[in-house]
Amino acid sequence: MDRGAIEQLFDQLAGGLIDALRSDEHLSLSLRGESSHFCRFNAARIRQTGLVEDSSLDLELIIGQRRASSAISLSGNADLDMQYALAELNRLRAEIPQLLEDPYIVLPASGQASRSISHGQLLDPATSTQHLLPPIQGIDLAGIWASGRIYRGHANSLGSRHWFETDRFALDYSLVSPQEKMVKATYAGSDWNQAEYEASIAASVNRLRLLDKPTITIKPGQYRTFIAAAGVADLLSMFSWHGLSELSLRTGESAFLRMREGGETLSALFSLAEDFSHGQVPRFNDIGEVAPQRLELIRAGQLENSLVSSRTAREYGLESNFAAEHEALRSPRMAPGELDEADVLNSLGEGVYLSNLHYLNWSDSSNGRITGMTRYACFWVADGEIQGPIANMRFDDSFYHFFGDNLQAVSSSLQLIPDVETYGSRGLGLTECPGILLESFALTL
Amino acid sequence: MDLAGILDRLDVNADWVGLRYVDDHSTWRWVRDGRPQLNQHNRSRGIMVEVLAEGQFAYAASANLDPAAVQQAAVKATAIARAASAHAVYHFSSDVRPPASGSYISPIEQSADSLSPAELNQLLVKSCASLKVSDKVVATHAMLRRVNSQHQFVSSNGSNIEQQFFILSSASQAIAQDGPVVQQRSVNGMFARSWQAGFEILDEDQHLARCRQAGEQAVELLSAEDCPNTSMDLLLAPDQMLLQIHESVGHPLEIDRILGDERNYAGWSFVRPEDFGRLRYGSELMNITFDPEVPGQLASYRFDCTGNPTQRQYIIKDGILQRGLGGLESQQRSGLPGVANVRACSWNRPPIDRMANLNLEPGDSSLEDMIGSVEKGVLMESNRSWSIDDYRNKFQFGCEYARLIENGRLTRTLRNPNYRGISSSFWNSLKAVGNRDSFAVFGVPNCGKGEPNQVIRVGHASPPCLFADVEVFGGDG
Repeated sequence: MDRGAIEQLFDQLAGGLIDALRSDEHLSLSLRGESSHFCRFNAARIRQTGLVEDSSLDLELIIGQRRASSAISLSGNADLDMQYALAELNRLRAEIPQLLEDPYIVLPASGQASRSISHGQLLDPATSTQHLLPPIQGIDLAGIWASGRIYRGHANSLGSRHWFETDRFALDYSLVSPQEKMVKATYAGSDWNQAEYEASIAASVNRLRLLDKPTITIKPGQYRTFIAAAGVADLLSMFSWHGLSELSLRTGESAFLRMREGGETLSALFSLAEDFSHGQVPRFNDIGEVAPQRLELIRAGQLENSLVSSRTAREYGLESNFAAEHEALRSPRMAPGELDEADVLNSLGEGVYLSNLHYLNWSDSSNGRITGMTRYACFWVADGEIQGPIANMRFDDSFYHFFGDNLQAVSSSLQLIPDVETYGSRGLGLTECPGILLESFALTL
Repeated sequence: MDLAGILDRLDVNADWVGLRYVDDHSTWRWVRDGRPQLNQHNRSRGIMVEVLAEGQFAYAASANLDPAAVQQAAVKATAIARAASAHAVYHFSSDVRPPASGSYISPIEQSADSLSPAELNQLLVKSCASLKVSDKVVATHAMLRRVNSQHQFVSSNGSNIEQQFFILSSASQAIAQDGPVVQQRSVNGMFARSWQAGFEILDEDQHLARCRQAGEQAVELLSAEDCPNTSMDLLLAPDQMLLQIHESVGHPLEIDRILGDERNYAGWSFVRPEDFGRLRYGSELMNITFDPEVPGQLASYRFDCTGNPTQRQYIIKDGILQRGLGGLESQQRSGLPGVANVRACSWNRPPIDRMANLNLEPGDSSLEDMIGSVEKGVLMESNRSWSIDDYRNKFQFGCEYARLIENGRLTRTLRNPNYRGISSSFWNSLKAVGNRDSFAVFGVPNCGKGEPNQVIRVGHASPPCLFADVEVFGGDG
């Protein structure tokens, strides 16, 4: 669809649906859309390529103390989409009287508004391979190119209206050596820059060369460890799942219960906030509330706030901080420390350097224990110098240790780790975080 | 949807064109602690146009079903296929999209509309009440998801396929707490109870009895000992075998993974092309079938998304690797024997190699015989945690509930049971397989793979299985 057409369609649908409401009804509408070019690479050649135009409209209808919701695909034809949306509204109207009363129902936010549109310079899908492929010839590269516009919208019957539209691209890739050693990188942004892209590839090629040395096998045990920012972002992502959600704290499912109820603390070097100041992630949630620009979650090791949706706030008599209903992190930022990047290897001395982690899961959530694998460029370091890559190892350790008593230093520079997941639709989130130096980290297999 | 009519009117300069229409209507209902959390309908529908030009496939997907929009999508797809052709991983012909006609419909007895939203919510409220067996149960969750998914596929070389899937999933979970100790117990793990079925599978009395047992076991776990840290025999119940099969057999045998397509995301495989026909994957008791023909299993179908008709196949026979999980494209690229398993999660994602129903065939041991044969071991049930490396070698899985086996008898309950191992050596330690009476069918409705990412439904069936000398361990508490 043409630039502006989705926003216009959303406004038309919102106007028509809200006009159709009865006096006792409240309606929240959320739009999620994208116009995407995907290209999947294997061995620096094209495995699959295609285009996806996909927008959906979520309707949540509240009548009295009952609510139900519905989501429909949008065709882009305003008349047809209005017809489908009205049919869904009527379906919800018919169903709601049959549902249970919900004592914790929250009306949508009233009278809030925002509009953020950022247009970038994206590659034309028909010619993008001319830009992407030349710098990777002769390299074994596997990865995914995703590029195009992403939309988010919200409107409700109490007068709130938000629009967020951005152009984004990301080449998320792995380079593979003949010995099957791999490095991982993402080149992402809104304005394509060929020179930056080629520099990203060149830097990754150089990192891959570091893996040429023979693999060093280490035994399971406790190791002095540095985890680079991409790995730290993976660890922080676990806090969106039985983590910093207030509801999960209240229902006993959160790994942070030991901090909330047992008075435990993490290292004074560890601070984490929800921070939208970069403007790359919409601040409004699914009922039109706007999160604070910055919310301290853990300050110097103390649990200061959890993520509280208005629904949870109502249920437990709390004050909302306008988290989305699922109470996951949307824009986490971990505070930097004082360890200069140039001093990382010297400070590590002897131990393991982990660039990336893989396939994380709680192994004992009530004790904060997370398991996963080391992956990609991970090295054995001795005398402050890289000795060679290590074979992938399983880790199983608690964040009460690696963000707690074993956290020795935090690097001074933050990296932006974009969310490149494309389940259902392209993600918009990003994590800002540094690397961490640990006195000890448990490698188990 | 007159898909054939739209195809007839397309004017596009391609060697082959296919249209895949998906109309997916799902309903989620979730009650927590007896109070409604979600009553949500999702309807996603659209068309994927797939074209083959100069040996390269490309796709364009849109929810705009108007023939003019489909025509535009076909033209765009053809343009990017031609642009990509010079850089293709492999040049295909339409042989990998064989002409096929036919239909499939899930076998259901009691339609999804036979229970009203009010009745369904009441069932979930009763489920929560049954899960809450004591004040120590601090949270209860009861969920139902039903899906009605209609798929149509037509192609320029004569395919015309209609498949309709009716799916019902349920999940019931109790969280119990006693001071700092928190334990969860669900009915067979979250959403393992997923089938192509109607409400005939939800007998209320049986369902509520299972909820009550889950609540009781959650409370029981609060005072249980932690699983010991040692190596011993491990007996896995079918609702954990499903995960073991999924992660350490299914994924490593996907041929697109072996060919490297997935290396940037979920990873590669410890299995190499030369292993087929030779590799001793497990002990002689290990027999794995790809079987999309099991009535009611979650990933049953008649044709994959390329039109390839299904057939039951042995993937591993008597412990020896026979064939991979790869469709016609992967078979052509690799020269390996495969199956009809190229599937897309919806209209907006391209089809790739996926598991379907991947089952471990029954052996001849009764559950009692297996328990009786163990001097010191542990029985683990219902998956709680899962993680495996990018080659699908080093895994660590956790379960909700365990019982110690001592001198041939089940004794104490254990909490936080975990185990870890390496896929091939683990399967080679398989020393007994349950018989047909102990065989159980479950599903995994949320298998993630691919770039762009796709979540798809997979089925796994297995009897309980006994493994020798496995590293097991408990939690920190």
